[in-house]
Amino acid sequence: MTNPGPPEALLTVEGLVKHFPITKGVLRRQVGAVQAVDGLTFDVRTGETLGVVGESGCGKSTMGRLITRLLEPTAGRIEFEGRDITHLGVSGMRPMRRDVQMIFQDPYSSLNPRHTVGTIVGAPFRLQGIAPEGGVKKEVQGLLELVGLSPEHYNRYPHEFSGGQRQRIGIARALALKPKLVVADEPVSALDVSIQAQVVNLLDDLQDELGLTYVIIAHDLSVIRHVSDRIAVMYLGKLVELTDRTSLYTAPAHPYTKALLSAVPVPDPRRRTQRKRILLNGDVPSPISPPSGCRFRTRCWKSAEVCSEQEPPLLELRTGHQVACHFPE
Amino acid sequence: MSEQTGEVFLSVRDLKIHFDTDDGLVKSVDGISFDVRRGSTLGIVGESGSGKSVTSLGVMGLHRTARARISGEVHLDGEELIGADPDRVRRLRGSKMAMIFQDPLSAMHPYFTVGAQIVEAYRVHHAVDRRTARKRAVELLDRVGIPQPDRRVDDYPHQFSGGMRQRAMIAMALVNNPELLIADEPTTALDVTVQAQILDLIRDLQKEFGSAVIIITHDLGVVAELADDILVMYAGRCVERGPAEALFTRPRHPYTWGLLGSMPRIDREQTDRLIPVKGSPPSLINVPEGCAFNPRCPYADVPEGGLTRTERPELTPVPGDDGHHSACHLAHEERTRIWTEEIAPKL
Repeated sequence: MTNPGPPEALLTVEGLVKHFPITKGVLRRQVGAVQAVDGLTFDVRTGETLGVVGESGCGKSTMGRLITRLLEPTAGRIEFEGRDITHLGVSGMRPMRRDVQMIFQDPYSSLNPRHTVGTIVGAPFRLQGIAPEGGVKKEVQGLLELVGLSPEHYNRYPHEFSGGQRQRIGIARALALKPKLVVADEPVSALDVSIQAQVVNLLDDLQDELGLTYVIIAHDLSVIRHVSDRIAVMYLGKLVELTDRTSLYTAPAHPYTKALLSAVPVPDPRRRTQRKRILLNGDVPSPISPPSGCRFRTRCWKSAEVCSEQEPPLLELRTGHQVACHFPE
Repeated sequence: MSEQTGEVFLSVRDLKIHFDTDDGLVKSVDGISFDVRRGSTLGIVGESGSGKSVTSLGVMGLHRTARARISGEVHLDGEELIGADPDRVRRLRGSKMAMIFQDPLSAMHPYFTVGAQIVEAYRVHHAVDRRTARKRAVELLDRVGIPQPDRRVDDYPHQFSGGMRQRAMIAMALVNNPELLIADEPTTALDVTVQAQILDLIRDLQKEFGSAVIIITHDLGVVAELADDILVMYAGRCVERGPAEALFTRPRHPYTWGLLGSMPRIDREQTDRLIPVKGSPPSLINVPEGCAFNPRCPYADVPEGGLTRTERPELTPVPGDDGHHSACHLAHEERTRIWTEEIAPKL
């Protein structure tokens, strides 16, 4: 999965912000904002898998919808292949949609129940006005085979399929136009363990075969470890750590990452007694009024005065290992 | 089943729970047996539709008898529950056995305060006045780690966060000091840091009260954390059971191998592909003939005489492994060989 040659950024994100306004009264006066994503800077390199992990409410899904431009950013800049796409309108984005596709979490609500599989997977061709060689039907059947379904499924409806098969249909649709970047938001979390493994392997194979670049958003740290080359950890709208897989799991530098990793149950009963678990107190604070300075300080055991006064910037601790903490490990 | 010395508190024998539907008879649970001792934890693992939740609801006596056909034996502290007087079961439910559900938002009534619901649960089983019951509710909310319990007791469920709600539900389940606690996917809806808090809480409470615990989950990590014994369910039957350590280090059923192979590991670098189970779980109306797992089993053709497709394998002891049982037609030596040579090195 690693990219030979110098890593080249396919997608660059700088200072990305998304605030959802909270309004009140008949005049819809703005009284506050949910600071879902608050200043993200990172890039996605050609051919890699960037894993984005964090707990619910950390802004990872909002981030996914911003970089695919399903949401309008409040501030910041998004560049795809060197081109600024931050504020492109619907028609301006249309050609870009060929290159950037999304796979959704819920295989039940992301497929139109009244459309056949053929219509669903063939939709991108119609919307983009593309006539593939040999016709749409042949192309769609090829795609169905690619994701491990039978070409005969062309005329069936989504309800005739199991969860895992539906997720494959969603993947076939995302791959129809041979995109360069695929953003997958919790692609396996709705699936049973044995089916989850099938879909993870499928995503792996497709990346090798088609040279795809993935941004995979998930809350499951084991899945993220398995699929990602580099991993970004988010907390309350901020990036707290960004590094390659090996250093993240063997030498996490941010206290939140450490706590997160230690909290994951390990499927090995013999380790039960040996493990040291860092228990965080309480819950994630509200993104409407996040803590001053470092947003993690209210739950952090290292918190000092400076943490409430100054926000720690995301700095390079070692080569390729970025951390936003005043007291990294 | 394990080295725990507590006496058997719950004993289930050949429990069958079938439902009549318009499409046919759904055999959700089809002959399952297990014991849970005081002070020990049984983990029931399986995928959706394997019958784990139906089993637990069956133990609690929560199936409507008009809809469900239930047979077999469930002994709670020596008392038979199947066919017992519903009023008697209702007395036991809550006081001797209690349940924690997956989704606390739908398991709690949105219209009543958390305190009122705990008070009600307590007063059903104890003849005390409201003030005493309220004191008890505050005490329990404090015990499960809810800050400012004397104030939060008057909050409504929607004013609690997910983790807090789960704690409140645990408080409600524990209010009558039940000796059997059934937790059905208690942490599935929670974030990992909160999950860790809840798992710790369940473990501490068990130590404190010495109760028997059944934890139902699809997450092998969670059972590895908590369970002393594990029971693996597939299509309404138990395919393997035994001490947790045996199930994880020397499993003897191809489905258990499949579950272990499907799971990405957080504790080691694994660059190879996962080894998933092919296909998907069967419909419980048309469970495959013979071994229910045979259409998905990579070794289905190995046993002589094609028994897998005609005869259902019985749960038999694994030779030389105390308390470890599995239901597979493959010879034990063959399974030992496959595990040590083919499966274990790839995990």
